[in-house]
Amino acid sequence: MRSHILLLALFAFFVSLVFSLLAKDDPTEQVRFGGMMFAGFIGAAVVLGWLMYPFPF
Amino acid sequence: MRAKAVEETQAGSLVLLCLAAWAIPGLGHLWQRRRIKGLIFLLVLPLMFAIGLAIQGRLFPFELGDPLVGLACIADLGVGLPYFIASALGLGAGDVRAVTYEYGNAFVMTAGLLNFLVVIDAYDIALGRK
Repeated sequence: MRSHILLLALFAFFVSLVFSLLAKDDPTEQVRFGGMMFAGFIGAAVVLGWLMYPFPF
Repeated sequence: MRAKAVEETQAGSLVLLCLAAWAIPGLGHLWQRRRIKGLIFLLVLPLMFAIGLAIQGRLFPFELGDPLVGLACIADLGVGLPYFIASALGLGAGDVRAVTYEYGNAFVMTAGLLNFLVVIDAYDIALGRK
């Protein structure tokens, strides 16, 4: 498995899952919090990736 | 005198709970009948650790001479027994030339750090804070 985006998504999924279980007790809130966190991870990675795109190194 | 003995017993069982929760991810929650959370931690954290090793992550040695390596070792140790099992099996040599080396380290260290948070959560549950 060498796909960066797949590894990124897998990492984001695991971390979001654990944090949602630790931070919230209600299942609905856990799903909402975990989903927001997962989307935040992926969105931030894509935005930062594009911002770094012009850098020569 | 009796209250002091009860406090000492409670403190002893809290230490045991935290040690168990550290050694086997999720055991602290299972012990306190939080079965679903415990099972998810028991599956996810060792899986994350194993994926990290499978993609060439490294188990860092404890070196005080290099503070960053020492801190990485503490993060790795957070996952508990899986760290010692992997070390005993000779896994975690890491290959710095591998494309996934840094990803592997991120997975291995994050699994350990998340388990520290899980231990703190188990401790809070035991104290009745959650």
